Amino acid sequence: MKTEIIDTIKKDFQENILEESISYNEIYLTVKKESIVKLCDRIYYHFDLPLVSIFATDERNINGFFKIHYVFSIDKNDAFIILRINVDGKNPGYPSITYKIAAANWYEREMQDMFGLVPQGHPDPRRLMNFEDWPDGVHPLRKDFDIRTKPPRVNGEYIYRHVDGEGVYEIPVGPVHAGVIEPGHFRFSVAGEPIINLEIRHFYTHKGVEKLFENISIDKAVFLSERISGDNSVAHAVAFCQAMEKIAGVNVPPRARFIRTILLELERIYNHLGDIAGIATDVAFAFGAAHANKLKEEVLQLNERVTGSRMLRGMNAIGGVRRDIGDKKDEILQKLSIIQRDFRKLMENFTSTPSLMDRIETTGRIYPDTAKGLHVVGPSGRASGLDRDTRRDHPYAAYPEFNFKVPVLKAGDVLSRTIVRADEICESVALIEQALWALPERETRVNVEKIPDGHAFGYTESPRGETIYWVRTIGNRIDRCKVRDPSFCNWLAIEYAVLDNIVPDFPIINKSLSLSYSGNDM
Amino acid sequence: MTVEDEIEIMGQRMNDKIRKIFGRSLHIREVDAGSCNACEVEVNSLSNPIYDIERFGLHIVASPRHADMLLVTGSVTRNMELALLKTYNATPSPKLVAAMGSCACNGGIFGETYASGGGVDKFIPVDVYIPGCPPRPQAVIFGIMVVLDKLEQKIGKKEV
Ligand code: SF4
Repeated sequence: MKTEIIDTIKKDFQENILEESISYNEIYLTVKKESIVKLCDRIYYHFDLPLVSIFATDERNINGFFKIHYVFSIDKNDAFIILRINVDGKNPGYPSITYKIAAANWYEREMQDMFGLVPQGHPDPRRLMNFEDWPDGVHPLRKDFDIRTKPPRVNGEYIYRHVDGEGVYEIPVGPVHAGVIEPGHFRFSVAGEPIINLEIRHFYTHKGVEKLFENISIDKAVFLSERISGDNSVAHAVAFCQAMEKIAGVNVPPRARFIRTILLELERIYNHLGDIAGIATDVAFAFGAAHANKLKEEVLQLNERVTGSRMLRGMNAIGGVRRDIGDKKDEILQKLSIIQRDFRKLMENFTSTPSLMDRIETTGRIYPDTAKGLHVVGPSGRASGLDRDTRRDHPYAAYPEFNFKVPVLKAGDVLSRTIVRADEICESVALIEQALWALPERETRVNVEKIPDGHAFGYTESPRGETIYWVRTIGNRIDRCKVRDPSFCNWLAIEYAVLDNIVPDFPIINKSLSLSYSGNDM
Repeated sequence: MTVEDEIEIMGQRMNDKIRKIFGRSLHIREVDAGSCNACEVEVNSLSNPIYDIERFGLHIVASPRHADMLLVTGSVTRNMELALLKTYNATPSPKLVAAMGSCACNGGIFGETYASGGGVDKFIPVDVYIPGCPPRPQAVIFGIMVVLDKLEQKIGKKEV
């Protein structure tokens, strides 16, 4: 399939392709700016390849251009096609593809804020992370912007979408919420009980992470990646390390790959348990919530005993893992079998409680075509019929050596998302068992002294879904690190999921999508 | 000693203090001022059946107007600064503030950048710093006890 796609594109768009290069499983095609809409359209609709990321780089000091990268994934062949266009540094406009491919929406707005690249024809060109009190012309990811600059605050106004009509009123919520959750703003338009429009506004926790990557040493960068979305520490760190290892050309020792797999699955288990507990809390099923929370706490304590950190931090390093966990094998196996037994009982209880099922069945539906159009990833995507899982489609760590199922459902409601997670927990336990039983001998890390110049992707399936890093190194430093957290794709889906649902069901829908604010805002 | 025993002992001591100072319970409002969300995971852990801080008189409330104390996480991003100030202003006295996690203490790994403020005490007065990334639930409980000690001293001085 891969060669077929490349050949067809090359044949049909011959005069538009300026340059072609291949590294690892990444095929880069530099094309003319004017042809980008047509090319994306062809790849996205004709070959049916998902658009997994768009990002820019500032190369003005080398060639006077910004470069924009459009990343498509060929799931069947474990490959990526990256289209690149050059945008003139002095006249930074380029054609927007959002009106054709909805999934491009936030990426283009992000590049507008971070690089000052103007998507011509974007249907909603409002600012995203640069709030209304940021002055014009502040573009932090440009190379000539100093990370310590403190832009002054100016007066400005953010215009929300407005719904008119008899009896329609607005409910603003946030950024500081009633529960212990991260900050974000939600604006509901309701008529009576049902929600007729929801507009989300985020990026309150924008911390400048991508800029920070360019300003710290590579060793420290691993720790930074662990702190992009705190409860997905391992997935982020492994994705980052894998990108660096690809650039450095190191082969991670088998034992380290197995240990990474175990850590990734432990992370999935505690996150999914937390989400199920959250859903139970929000439907006032206190018994289930307490049980699921207790199980989650048990995994967190197991994490601490095994790795020294409840969030499994500090384990990953470029070239492998910092610590061996082989001596904890029996403890992990024993604990997980108890947890799994209790969890099965809990789920039986869950699905046989009619008052609970009534609340979550058909609630917060994301239809398969919406999910596909917005590129919803992870369990939320799989609950809406999207059969994608990075562990299977772009295998990494030790996943190629194990058997596991990828649960997929079609209904796209809160119930399906709960069931997908519950099934995934059981798969994760089985994966950890397989990995522990087959743990290969010997070393857990190769030393990587210096990273050569280069660029590469690193990716994992975090508990929330596909997590993608693109890193470019120059002179043993990070020149650009693009992080695509799964929540960046999934957030917009909530605007569709809540439609026609009642306001009191919003927390359940939100919880069932398990969205990270920090990973989204960065 | 198991975690459960540890918590039981700490909790009882705290409960005595809270009774003495606040009569019955201490109300806490958590504010995420730009954390990575792991600190929130640990705050939520405080309410799970293992720690269950409510039984010691600690109550996490929905509004700053009901709170005696703010538990602030995160390095105070530029975009959250205003919301943090508003929350602080809405809190009635004694307006205790605990900075939870390395980010809240001094900016942590995010430090001071164009988007990150670098520590809560640059924006509002902080009574106690709870280090850790994230701090374990035990550390958070310990930190809250230190705040209570401080308040006790303050009240003592006023009476003299
Ligand atoms: S202190 Fe650590 S865990 Fe807490 S918000 Fe900061 S980075 Fe996250």
